[in-house]
This record gives sequence, structure tokens and C-alpha cells, in this order.
Amino acid sequence: MNLSVNIAGVTLKNPVMSASGTFGSGHEFADWMDPGKLGAIVTKGVSAVPWEGNPTPRVAETPSGMLNAIGLQNPGIDVFVNRDLKELEKYTDTKVIVNVCGKTAEDYIKVVERLSDEPRADLLEINISCPNVKEGGIAFGQNADSVFAITKKLKSVSKKPVIMKLSPNVTDITEMARAAEAGGADAVSLINTLTGMKIDIERRRPLLANMTGGLSGPAIRPVAVRMVWQTVRAVKIPVIGMGGIASAEDALEFLLAGASAVAVGTANFNDPLTMEKVVSGIEKYMERHGLDDVSMLRL
Amino acid sequence: MADKRTQEKAWVINQTEMIPGIMDLLIKAPKTAASAAPGQFISVYCADKSRLLPRPISICDADKYTGALRLVYRVGGAGTEEFSKLGPGETIRIQGPLGNGFPLDADIQSVLIVGGGIGIPPLLYLAKNLNMKKTLVMGYPSVTYLDEELAQYGDLFIATEDGSRGTKGNVINAMEENGLTADAIMACGPLPMLKALKQYGEAHSMSVIISMEERMACGIGACLACVCKSTEKDPYLNISKKRVCLEGPVFDAREVEL
Repeated sequence: MNLSVNIAGVTLKNPVMSASGTFGSGHEFADWMDPGKLGAIVTKGVSAVPWEGNPTPRVAETPSGMLNAIGLQNPGIDVFVNRDLKELEKYTDTKVIVNVCGKTAEDYIKVVERLSDEPRADLLEINISCPNVKEGGIAFGQNADSVFAITKKLKSVSKKPVIMKLSPNVTDITEMARAAEAGGADAVSLINTLTGMKIDIERRRPLLANMTGGLSGPAIRPVAVRMVWQTVRAVKIPVIGMGGIASAEDALEFLLAGASAVAVGTANFNDPLTMEKVVSGIEKYMERHGLDDVSMLRL
Repeated sequence: MADKRTQEKAWVINQTEMIPGIMDLLIKAPKTAASAAPGQFISVYCADKSRLLPRPISICDADKYTGALRLVYRVGGAGTEEFSKLGPGETIRIQGPLGNGFPLDADIQSVLIVGGGIGIPPLLYLAKNLNMKKTLVMGYPSVTYLDEELAQYGDLFIATEDGSRGTKGNVINAMEENGLTADAIMACGPLPMLKALKQYGEAHSMSVIISMEERMACGIGACLACVCKSTEKDPYLNISKKRVCLEGPVFDAREVEL
């Protein structure tokens, strides 16, 4: 049975990866599961300099989901390259996708250039869709012209394949996907979180210090499946699907919708073994349906 | 990976309501109990899948020989409401023990163990395991709990907000009223209490070790939800913050900004 998939010339042994920001740099989870079982590890967003992130509370649980407003706290690219990327060298059979964030185009370029010669960074995922930072992030991702421009800029400096991570907080996500494709993106990943809010009625104020946050978890899955379905039919580049995947059945919806690979995010917080279960569940499903290649799943 | 930590399906041995809204849950969780240290916590997962995030609950007591783990927690929302309905023989999914506990081998001869509200339960396990002169100071809104058990381990001073028992007011009032000092303070409770204890410690030249609380998601250091401000740059995070779940929840009060 062939579970391997190809994203922009990089072969993943299976189509399951972590969603950025829910899995640290992988080693945080290593006591609880084996990151080496994944097709790819997607690391938490890293910027040119260390970022402080938002004040707390940064998370709130909501029905079948959660809101987060971490604010892309990260130690900066220097520490990331010298420590986290090194640490990831032990997973020789698993690809590494480094998620990149920035406040300005120059910020993104700095990080992309720095990663270009790092052998352990197999692919780059560009976060132009974080709803929790005022500058950058989402500012690049909610307008097709900006998506095109930033993609083109980064493609011109990157020696690694570039995945643009798209926001669902737009009128038509396929327009953003087409802009990324036109800008030269090697793949797109979607969806990032949906902007949401929760109010603490006893304290009479928003629960998150940031007021709003990004909604993730099974609550957003139908939205994500729909957007992946539409995007797969709008572009020729691979689509990586994510949004509320908590089981193999959930992942299969995305693969049937046409996603080349899938990412598991919030479910890692509920059960660190989720991703291993998703891999084995996809295998069992394929066996049951007499499919010997994961690419046959696509409708 | 022999040393790989795992989740555990724990069996409920017994559960009672100690005082209104505070539950006393005894579970059989041999893997977790085997290494549980005072001040550590566990993640408790809901059976209702619409509630995704684990609830971090402190360890009130653990017995590595019987595998029993005792959790005393407040019913504060839908998740803990679900736990409060568990009866003998039912199972519950847990993960842990998590975080760093209190230093048990600190070079001190005496300690003030100070707790407030729902910060009190982990201090029972601490009091049991600290081998030195112990004085306990516990603050409650009104009705007391765990006080009789705590009193077995040292002189116990109680403060209640309504003055129904002990000193009327908070733990600081009780400490001042009784002139309590020691080599160190070890504490768990609400943030204003921890702030006041930090000042009290500075005024009386006592080191202050505190257990912090913050809203968490993963509980294992990955999501960066539960950070607190630290006085110095954290070598791992590379900014002046620390993760309550991983670097904490127990900190030297000088390490963190309250």
C-alpha cells in the first residue's frame, strides 16, 4: 500500500502532518508520541526576531473548538535554526515544514533567506493568515493583490518550495489561492483559524486578553472541507487541508475533497496520539476499500 | 521508547463532595501515581468530545504503592461538572504528572505552607512530603476544607473572609496577627495572595516559592497558551516569559513578575 504523497517535489511517506502552532517543534510531543511517524512535522511560526506574543488569557474553550490568541510568540529564527532544526535532524524519515511569520515583507524575506540553505527545512509554509497579530500575518492574506505580491517576493528569494497558508476570513478563498498560484506558490494550505470571540458574562468582558482569537477544532471542520473542495477545483498546485481533523475519518473527508495532504492541529491538545491514529486509520480505510495508493482517494 | 510517558485510563475509586462545590475524587492511576511529586498536576480529559481541552488539576495526594491519586477540585464549569458526576468503577482519561513541583530538598529548616481557596489541595501532598518544621496558613471564603488533614502536619492557622473561623480576613492577616515567619514560604492560591506573599517574603527576608495558574491548552509546553512574565529572559523561549505548564507551575517568586 502506498501512503506517500508528493508536495512540490518533496515526498512525504504519508499525508499526515502537524498543523503549525499546535505541535511546537515536535520535540515537545516526543515524550507522548513518535513524531517520526508523521509524513511531515510543521513547526510553530518563526519570525526574524523573537516575538513576545499576546497577554494572557490566550485560550478559551468553545463548543467543539477553542479560541486562541497566542500572538505567534516564538524565540526567533536564530534560536530556531540552531536548536529546533538541529533537534529535528533525528527524524530522518519525516519531512520538516517550517512555518514562517513576519510583520513586513522584509521580515518574511529575512527568515526565508536564512532557511534557504538549511538542509533540514524541506519546505516553507508562509503564514499570511494569523488573525491574532495586528501587523503582518493576516494583512497579507486578505487581499488577492497582497497575496500575489508577497508570494512572488518570497518565491524570488526562496530556494525551498513555498506553501502559502490561507485565511478563511475572506469572501472567496479560491481567489486567494489563485493569487498565490499566480505568484508562484508551490502549494497552498488551508484553513487557518476563523476569527471568533467569547465573552465572560460574569466578569462582563471578553475572555481573551486579545478580545478576539482564532477558532479551531471540529467546530470549523465543515467550513474547512468546503473551502478545500472549492480550492482544489480552482488551482493546479497541491492543497494541504486542515481544520478540525481529530480522526482518520475526518482526515479522509479532506483527502476525498482533493487535499494532497492533511494537517492535525487542535486535536493534538486533546490526545497527543491523534496523528498516529490518523495514519493507521487511513491505512485501514484504504485496505477496506481496496485502494492501494492514497492518491486514489481523491473524488 | 521505554521512558515514553503515556496517558492513562484511571478508575474512579470514590468521589464525595467535601463542601459545596469542592469535590474529593480518588482514582486508581498507578502509572501517574508512581512518579507524582507535590506541586505537579495532571491533565484530565472530558468524556464529552465537544469539550476538547484537558482540565489541569493539581495532585492533592498520591500513593505509589496503591496507585491511588487524589484530586480535590472546584466545580467551575461544564468540564468539572462532568467530572463531579463520576462514581466508583467509572473511568477517566488523564495525562501526567505534569510540570515541576515544589523543591523538597531545599536547604531550609522551617517553612510556612500557605494556601488560598482552591490553591489549598496540592499543599496537603506537599505538607506530607516536606521533612522540616512546618507551619500551615490556609485562607477560605467561609467554609473550610482539608483543614483537619492539614493540621496533622504542623501548626495550622486559618483565615476566613467572613471571620467564621480563625482570623477574619486573608492569609496575610493571619500571618501578621500571629507573627509567622520561617526560612521559606511555599504557596498556592489566587494571584493577589501570591503577590502579597512575595512582598511579605521580601519584608521578612524569606524565600517565596509559589505555584502559578493560567489558562492552558496542551499542558505539555507546545501551545504557549499558559505563559507568565519572568524577570529574566527564559533560555528556552528566548523572551521574558515562562510556561506555567512546563517551567512551572512552581516558581521561585523572584523568577516571575506577578
